[in-house]
Amino acid sequence: MKTLFKQPLQDKKLFIPFITAGDPHSDATIELAVALQEAGASAIELGIPFSDPIADGPVIQKASSRALKNGMNIVKAIQLVPEMRKKGVNIPIILFTYYNPVLQLDQEHFFALLRENTVDGLLIPDIPFEESEELRKKCQEHSISFISLVAPTSTSRIKMIVENAEGFVYCVSSLGVTGVRKSFDNSITTFLDEVKQYSKVPVVVGFGISSKEQVEQFSNLCDGVVVGSALVREIERLQTSLLNKNSRQQAIDEFRTFAHTFGA
Amino acid sequence: MSTYPDKNGRYGEFGGRFVPETLMSPLAEIEQAHNEAMKDPAFLKEYHFLLKEYSGRPTTVTFAKNVTEKLGGAKIYLKREDLNHTGAHKINNAIGQALLAKRMGKTKIIAETGAGQHGVATATVAAKFGMECKVFMGEEDVRRQQLNVFRMQLLGAEVIPVTSGNKTLKDATNEAMRYWVQHCEDHFYIIGSAVGPHPYPYIVKEFQRVIGDEAKAQFQEIEGNLPTKVIACVGGGSNAIGMFSAFLNDNVELVASEAAGMGVDTDMHAATITKGTKGVLHGSLTYLIQDQYGQVIEPYSISAGLDYPGIGPEHAHLASTGRVKYESVTDKEALHALELLAKQEGILAAIESAHALATAFEHAQQMASHESILICLSGRGDKDVHTLMSYYQEGTANENTLQAAVTR
Repeated sequence: MKTLFKQPLQDKKLFIPFITAGDPHSDATIELAVALQEAGASAIELGIPFSDPIADGPVIQKASSRALKNGMNIVKAIQLVPEMRKKGVNIPIILFTYYNPVLQLDQEHFFALLRENTVDGLLIPDIPFEESEELRKKCQEHSISFISLVAPTSTSRIKMIVENAEGFVYCVSSLGVTGVRKSFDNSITTFLDEVKQYSKVPVVVGFGISSKEQVEQFSNLCDGVVVGSALVREIERLQTSLLNKNSRQQAIDEFRTFAHTFGA
Repeated sequence: MSTYPDKNGRYGEFGGRFVPETLMSPLAEIEQAHNEAMKDPAFLKEYHFLLKEYSGRPTTVTFAKNVTEKLGGAKIYLKREDLNHTGAHKINNAIGQALLAKRMGKTKIIAETGAGQHGVATATVAAKFGMECKVFMGEEDVRRQQLNVFRMQLLGAEVIPVTSGNKTLKDATNEAMRYWVQHCEDHFYIIGSAVGPHPYPYIVKEFQRVIGDEAKAQFQEIEGNLPTKVIACVGGGSNAIGMFSAFLNDNVELVASEAAGMGVDTDMHAATITKGTKGVLHGSLTYLIQDQYGQVIEPYSISAGLDYPGIGPEHAHLASTGRVKYESVTDKEALHALELLAKQEGILAAIESAHALATAFEHAQQMASHESILICLSGRGDKDVHTLMSYYQEGTANENTLQAAVTR
């Protein structure tokens, strides 16, 4: 099994930000990735826009639509990774995609693309454990971590999922789709304890984390957090400046400062 | 013999369960509850009682004598699902799934709807069982199916207009699934067609097979043999799968009609089998109308009930094995058939069902007079009167066509 995070975790908690490839355009995505690394990101989740993102809330849905309108697709998104590497991004990059875009590519070609373009992990929210065997094997052949999600409703499935987890275990904080949440149910502690009991890889919580306070709340319970909608909402707010060459640098600086609240 | 779906919910390579992890346990619970219910005589008794006493089953089989004489070929018979309470076959499944929800102790129902017939059927059973009901419907469909929206509201359901995407059935389904992910612990999602993650395509078929079982027995009583061909329309494919289920192992030709809209040589159609490729949408692997990078393309049909970019996984399997032939029918052909049936037989069919009529009328003329065709007339056309009016008053393209052209 491949280890996604080479350094022992010790005191630094993982901060895994999510951005959508091509939102608001390809050049901005590359620069946003650099800014996220500078803001303390441990890895980056790079979202492939999809027409029917059933696991996502309105913020990421809108980002997907914006990126699709710009002509983004799965192949172009993967090809952004070497551009990020050229600009100095050396943390792991995990591709977040729904299954259908993956299915449309020849599978040998798809994995060759991932390897050539130094993608480290693959996360597909509509592939549950039972449907994952083939992709999991392919990922192992190509030294790519296949990230598993586990949800509060997983109950008797937790052990099976977590024991087979690679890279990190992505714990869904609460029922529902991605999106900002004000608070979390107390039962999350019990849920995370059970996940940690079986996990050989870091345990990370995502879905709805949008403030420094929430990051701190989770830092006692797990190894790190995924932050998506909060960052994507910030990109949406900054999109006009990001699209304009003259104001882009300032927008990137603002974004880095915002991201730093989660990564510090 | 058919042994599908297998334990993973697969029909050959199609079907399965491609959903967020959050829904895996709820789906397993529904599967188990359904399996137990279908073995429970008390459950089946209540289901069949409601079909009879509430919905008005058995629906009749009508010999379309005038049409048969006019076309001069095979004898044409209609399985009259339009005579059901609420006007379509959708009620069979809504009653079944609502009973299942009740059995599982759920009192809150969600549903998605395109033309509104499934929404009306679900709102109806929710009212009957005293359940809370939310129906997700694309904003565009809300606009073109105002009558059904109002019916749902009268029945006490909350209609939630969906503004994402093309604002039609695909988007309503996405939104219903998202809502369900958030509320799966106390809500039951009544899926209206033979689509979605396992076990839904199977559950819908089991609750719709009453159409085929009844029709087969009735036809045998009338004609003393089996029909030569059985024909039904397909969007997601629930009336067709219900109708075909009784004949899958018989020497009967099965034909399904999908919506070709403005023609399969244009990009304005909903002909999923004819023009689609394999993909995953709304939880199952099936044929889809999509681009080379896997983005799903919004389909088009004059019928709001057929403009879905996918098709039930069992249909995908039946198409790939060749057991069922899938043919496509344009808007124009469907409306001609609708008009012929109305004028000759005094039956106003839903535009969905008119697609099956068009296929059947074409086949009938090539067949001998001792042969016969049994058509599933899935619903009545009341809800489509507005669409028909604009079509005939404006001569050619109706407002839906224009609207679709504008949004493309």
